[in-house]
Amino acid sequence: MTPALVAPRGRLALMLLLAPALVWLVGLIVLPHVELAILSLRARVAPRVFEWSLAQYRTFFEEPLYWHTFVRTATMSILATLCTLAIAFPVAWYIAKVAKGRSKSLLFVLCLIPFWVSETVRTLGWMILLRESGVVPRLLVDLGLTAAPVELLYHDATILVGLVYTSMLFMVVPLVNALETLDDSLIEAAYDLGGSGWSILRKIVIPHAAPGIAAGAIVVFMLTLGNYLTPTLLGGKNSLWFTETIYTQFITRFNWEQGAAFGFLLLALSTAIVWLGLMLTGQRFADVMRRS
Amino acid sequence: MAQDLEVERVSKRYGATAAVDGLSLEVAHGSFFSILGPSGCGKTTLLRMIAGFLAPDEGDVRIGGASMRGVPPNRRPVNMVFQHLALFPMMSVGENVGYGLVRRGVPRAEIRRKVGEMLERVGLPGATEKRVDQLSGGQKQRVAIARSLVLEPTLLLLDEPLGALDLKLREHMKIELKELQASFGTTFVYITHDQSEALVLSDHVAVMSAGRFEQVGTPQELYYHPATPFVAAFVGENNRVEGNVLRIDGDIAEAATATGLRIRARPAGALAAGDKIAAFIRPESIVLARTVAALPGSMQQFGSVVESLLFDGANSAVLVREDVSRHTFRVALPQTGAFADLVPGERILFGFEPARAVCFRVAGS
Repeated sequence: MTPALVAPRGRLALMLLLAPALVWLVGLIVLPHVELAILSLRARVAPRVFEWSLAQYRTFFEEPLYWHTFVRTATMSILATLCTLAIAFPVAWYIAKVAKGRSKSLLFVLCLIPFWVSETVRTLGWMILLRESGVVPRLLVDLGLTAAPVELLYHDATILVGLVYTSMLFMVVPLVNALETLDDSLIEAAYDLGGSGWSILRKIVIPHAAPGIAAGAIVVFMLTLGNYLTPTLLGGKNSLWFTETIYTQFITRFNWEQGAAFGFLLLALSTAIVWLGLMLTGQRFADVMRRS
Repeated sequence: MAQDLEVERVSKRYGATAAVDGLSLEVAHGSFFSILGPSGCGKTTLLRMIAGFLAPDEGDVRIGGASMRGVPPNRRPVNMVFQHLALFPMMSVGENVGYGLVRRGVPRAEIRRKVGEMLERVGLPGATEKRVDQLSGGQKQRVAIARSLVLEPTLLLLDEPLGALDLKLREHMKIELKELQASFGTTFVYITHDQSEALVLSDHVAVMSAGRFEQVGTPQELYYHPATPFVAAFVGENNRVEGNVLRIDGDIAEAATATGLRIRARPAGALAAGDKIAAFIRPESIVLARTVAALPGSMQQFGSVVESLLFDGANSAVLVREDVSRHTFRVALPQTGAFADLVPGERILFGFEPARAVCFRVAGS
């Protein structure tokens, strides 16, 4: 067969193979977003009368509570991502480089097990541990560290703990993948040439694992930024999470136009921060995605 | 002469098996020393103990006269060229070579000067800015050596660095390694399973098997005067024949194999009649002849049939099957081109000087 005959048939096969993905992408992501974009650009001037307007976006900038929540969500998400990285890195290192055979898969499963339980139940578990009449405050009293039980829920730190816990697996997996491809002899060579532990980590391990770190950080950041349950349950009324604001607009206030505008602002925010992060660390998006 | 490396009764055990079993070793300053052995003989374990990646269970390693007990690899005056070179892919060639100097806190300008000089000495001038993956196999090899030698170590350890190269390049790199060692004058300790690499490169070779040294000597000593059957079989090509000693006749022993082949060979060590022996005859010690008169009278003569021809340029050989014992011998074809016309199935005579065959007593009745 000549290439000319193969080509159209090959293209048809390719289209058929791509069809489910395209249906999913267009039907569930692109179309709703177009709809939301249109919604966000409308303003209600009279009952059932709408006109094009940027009023929803203007509200966001004029109302300090909204953009304060917005900045706070971004900051907390970045903080949660950094904490997750700091905790997940040694874990991933141990799984990838120290553990061998059975204990390696066992450790992986241990990281996975919490995810067999739904996020709601996991978060409620944290509430049982941390609430004023919960396990941890009572333990602190029993140990004589505090005079009376303290309320550990509804603090920013509690939200962070919950977010880090929820995100661990998504950081550990790309990190383990990245570290496993690091040739042990590179570390030995660096050690042999006079490198110390810290300098090897900085000059050899981190540069090698950088795409994996970036992949993990992006996933964790996105999940954290878009998380609704954990900040709401663990932070209570103080949580001031941006997804909560969006939820309120859509469900409580029934102001879909405002909610859609907030949704787009969140999308813009996450895109901007991921882009900035990649620029600052000199990573290319394609490399990172190949690793994740 | 000063000893750059002294290994004293070093052992390393993994469970019940000893990877390295009470080895002692001395390497003189400026020499090229090879440790030759089959894979799994413990040579890598020994090298890693010298480099400091493993601690010996017993014994001591002294480098430049100082005991290395408890000294980590990054503080030993030893550098290693790894099997797959382990160049840092995230750094340029210059950064690779300068890595150790940066760690030592050498001023930046001096690092740049030293790196430039070192790359020039290994024949890669101007490669500083190149990425590692832009280099050919041979160039990577040179960068790996430059990266170690720039630190002016007392000892350079090389862990089968030519193993990953193709044959042609390997032959070329052998010569280059020898020249580099001669020009730097650094003591090299080289481990390999390739006897040709060990013989070509080294001043001294230790042949290792099952955690012990079988023999330590110059390449010539190992080749012409092997001390054990293992060395005779492992270093170079050899024909092995097993039998029992019939009698000792001056410095020649006569033995017979179970298949009725009678062989005369020079004994290595004391032998008595009745001892079980293994005799080794080098392919190039065997002389072919078409007539009885063409073989010197001092040689034992055997009749045989050509089984197959192994043409390999200058290393060509022929396999012949001896008439009485049906034992196959490998015989090197003479460089003169004589016997180039041999064909399988042809009858041929062969013989060898008993003094050029060697026999060892082996275990068993």
